[in-house]
Amino acid sequence: MTVATGFSSEKAAPAARQAVATPGQWLTIGAIVAFLALFLLIPVAMVILVAFQDPNSGAFTLVNFADFARNEMFLRSFANSLYVSAMSVVWATIFALPLAYFTTRFEFRGAAIIQTLGVIPLIMPPFAGAVAMQLFFGRNGSVNLLLGDWFGINIPFMEGLNGVIFVQSVHYFPFILINLTASLRNIDRSMEEAAQNLGCSGGRLFRRIVFPLAMPGYVAGASLVFIKVFDDLATPLLLNVKDMLAPQAYLRITSIGLKDPMGYVISVVLIVFSVLSLFIATSTMRNRDYATVQRGGGGLAKRPIGGLDLVMAWGTIGLILALVLAPHLGLLLLSFSTVWSFSVLPDGYTTAHYTRVVLESGQYIWNTLLYATIAGFIGIIIGTAISYIVLRTKVPGRQWLDYLASAALAVPGVVLGIGYLRAYYGVSLPSGQSVTSLWIIIVIALAVRRLPYALRACMAAMQQISVSLEEAAENLGANKASTIRKIMVPLMTGGILAGFVTSFATASVELSATMMLVQNTSDAPLAYGLYVFMQSPAGRGAGAALGIIAVLIVGISTYLSQLLAERDRSTRAGS
Amino acid sequence: MSITSDLGAEIRRNAAGIDVAGVNLSYGATHVLKDVNLKIEPGEFFAFLGPSGCGKTTLLRLIAGFNIAQTGRVMVGGQDISSLPPWKRDVGMVFQSYALWPHMSVAKNVAFGLEERKLPKVKIAARVDQALDLVNLKHLKDRKPSQLSGGQQQRVALARTIAVRPKVLLLDEPLSNLDAKMRVQVRRELRDLQQELGITTIFVTHDQEEANTICDRIAVMNDGVVQQVGTPMALYDRPANLFVANFLGTANILDGTAETAGAEFAITGGGRLPFPAKENVQPGAKLVFRPQNARIAPHDAPKAPGMTRLDGRITHVEFLGASLRYGVAIGANEVLVDVPHQAGNAPLPTGAPIAVDLDHSRALFLAA
Repeated sequence: MTVATGFSSEKAAPAARQAVATPGQWLTIGAIVAFLALFLLIPVAMVILVAFQDPNSGAFTLVNFADFARNEMFLRSFANSLYVSAMSVVWATIFALPLAYFTTRFEFRGAAIIQTLGVIPLIMPPFAGAVAMQLFFGRNGSVNLLLGDWFGINIPFMEGLNGVIFVQSVHYFPFILINLTASLRNIDRSMEEAAQNLGCSGGRLFRRIVFPLAMPGYVAGASLVFIKVFDDLATPLLLNVKDMLAPQAYLRITSIGLKDPMGYVISVVLIVFSVLSLFIATSTMRNRDYATVQRGGGGLAKRPIGGLDLVMAWGTIGLILALVLAPHLGLLLLSFSTVWSFSVLPDGYTTAHYTRVVLESGQYIWNTLLYATIAGFIGIIIGTAISYIVLRTKVPGRQWLDYLASAALAVPGVVLGIGYLRAYYGVSLPSGQSVTSLWIIIVIALAVRRLPYALRACMAAMQQISVSLEEAAENLGANKASTIRKIMVPLMTGGILAGFVTSFATASVELSATMMLVQNTSDAPLAYGLYVFMQSPAGRGAGAALGIIAVLIVGISTYLSQLLAERDRSTRAGS
Repeated sequence: MSITSDLGAEIRRNAAGIDVAGVNLSYGATHVLKDVNLKIEPGEFFAFLGPSGCGKTTLLRLIAGFNIAQTGRVMVGGQDISSLPPWKRDVGMVFQSYALWPHMSVAKNVAFGLEERKLPKVKIAARVDQALDLVNLKHLKDRKPSQLSGGQQQRVALARTIAVRPKVLLLDEPLSNLDAKMRVQVRRELRDLQQELGITTIFVTHDQEEANTICDRIAVMNDGVVQQVGTPMALYDRPANLFVANFLGTANILDGTAETAGAEFAITGGGRLPFPAKENVQPGAKLVFRPQNARIAPHDAPKAPGMTRLDGRITHVEFLGASLRYGVAIGANEVLVDVPHQAGNAPLPTGAPIAVDLDHSRALFLAA
């Protein structure tokens, strides 16, 4: 693409200025559209279509939805999914609110810890922590054993839906924390001072000015939490909660088969809620622009912390830190324990699980690294191409490439998996094997799921390059090709690399789409292996070891991407 | 105008003087305000003028209660407000960014302070209308701030502050976010409004023209120190030091030494002037004069009495419309001399040898 651009502007400059896009650009657009159509649009359209088709005649019908509404089990699952998502938002808010308050209102040394707190939960797949949380907070877990000894009580943290809510809110509260903190930080100080100047203070000031202005950030974070929980498949399954929507969709398709329309109906419900939540998140964030960007000094006034505030701050942080680290710690202990059951701590320690995982299941780790790397590359290549077309060409309708790629955000992993199976299960290779049994299908699913994030990173990287930098190069005699090579690529590398690492990290613990698509255990990634191990009590130790390896992969990648982003910022600031 | 004169009457009754005494303020090692003492009369339109970083906004925010001084006190209307929090000071401030709350309509913004004062609903509605009437924006009361132009936002911010009938009005660079044409218009409106309401007003600016055109008195600040307080004309004609002379308008500054037992000032590089007899000239003082306080004369013209003649050569000419500004090299110095322009007069050529006649009565001797 880049070469073609260079040629055209060099040889036939006037004509090239007229043309909307060069042949190379059209080719690129065609390839991207084909990829997205094949692996996003068609599968999802198939799912929606099947939901509205009579299973026998193929005619349009609403009877499947009527069946769904008549089925007591589905209705209960639906209600449970709503309840669990809403309660997760409530608890996530309870965790996030005090932390956001302490970091934004006080000169407080704990702020750095709170920032870390906002990352730690996200570097572990929630289902990996679920088992560890059972060990600490389950009926016979450490906490309840101690509570039983001391006070004779047993708190059902992990019973049924409670367990899902607990695990999910501990895992996803950073979304609210990060968005709310950013929102609070963006409020111009004069907004608050103007209110004080007119006689307002304390709780009234918070209620009338600060809270309404921070609302968009909170709503955006909360709707993200809601949808993540609503769509999640692996955590409820691992906690043996089956009467929720995503697990029902999975179980119908895997146990009854691809023909059963109920899995598709559930998928449509999942999509509708995803789209709704995303719509709420984006529309509130759009209003945020005018709400907070002001000239002059930024951020609310901070005051020194002391006395009761300080005690409360550290108390809250300590408690939440303990909760947040519980899955990690639990997983770590479990991975080194011989037996851990009905006791506060494991009975004995061993490294056998790691040996076993590396010797027997090294394939899982290798697959994960391979899949996540390829998926990351697909993401940044398509992401860069779309960014270039959207930001630097005048192709009519180019925004739609962005919308199309970002639409993947609204497609739950289970739905994408079901869509691939429905669309391509019948397509056979010359060997007679189904296309869907190829491991590359898993990789493509991962890439499509991560594409919106990679695209945003590439867009941001390209947006930061002022067009005048390129124009200056062209003005001094560089053609398009060498401008891209010498100016754009060096300036974009940091941002794109950060996007790659983030995609890699999240792809390596993705499970909901892969669960549908893994057909041979030898092709399965780590997250799937972990799930398999965790099914049996004997495999829990090995599963935990695998979980720790996953945490390490994600943790190191996240650290790396932060480092890259940081270095990128300082280069930019220096230039 | 009856409603506004009613509002004006109440504000005028409330109009309070401001007394800042012995204020010192530091952020860590940075001493931002150094022993500031100011007395502002009730109903006065007063400016804090100075370059950025001089402490003028810090001082304004100190009066509003957003900064706390290490020493000194602030009195408004004879009451010491130094220890009151911002929300109990009854000191109205208009922010540089206007700080209109985007989630409230124009009317809601203006009503805010009245609601905080727990006024009855009917009264609030009437006062909101009155305040918006005053800035001619009543027809926009249901808009959101984002739907207003910069000038309109600014007027809403003003109405919001005036609606609570504060004792004094603080304006933090209120014109800085407007374009040049609006600035001239709005500053006149501000002056008219202030006169109509008779409210004690402090206006923070770095633009001497703004301060000169609308303020009764100005405090020129630099480096956290109040350099001089006075009417715009007094400051221009009789600056207290080199900083004020330079900051307000253009000034020629020439080095020299006192000679003849302190009776004469010898300019470095030639020429001497008598020191004014009655004034005390500080040691290290320099000769200061405005470009319009000297005259350009032909080289060989007879020298008038009461003048000091400096021989030089024209280095450049700037045409300013009403006048021509000549740069004249005198020895190693260069001075600027303004000559009124009349149609048909050709400028003197660059390089021409001429004489600069300096009027003794207009010469100033200022220390740093």
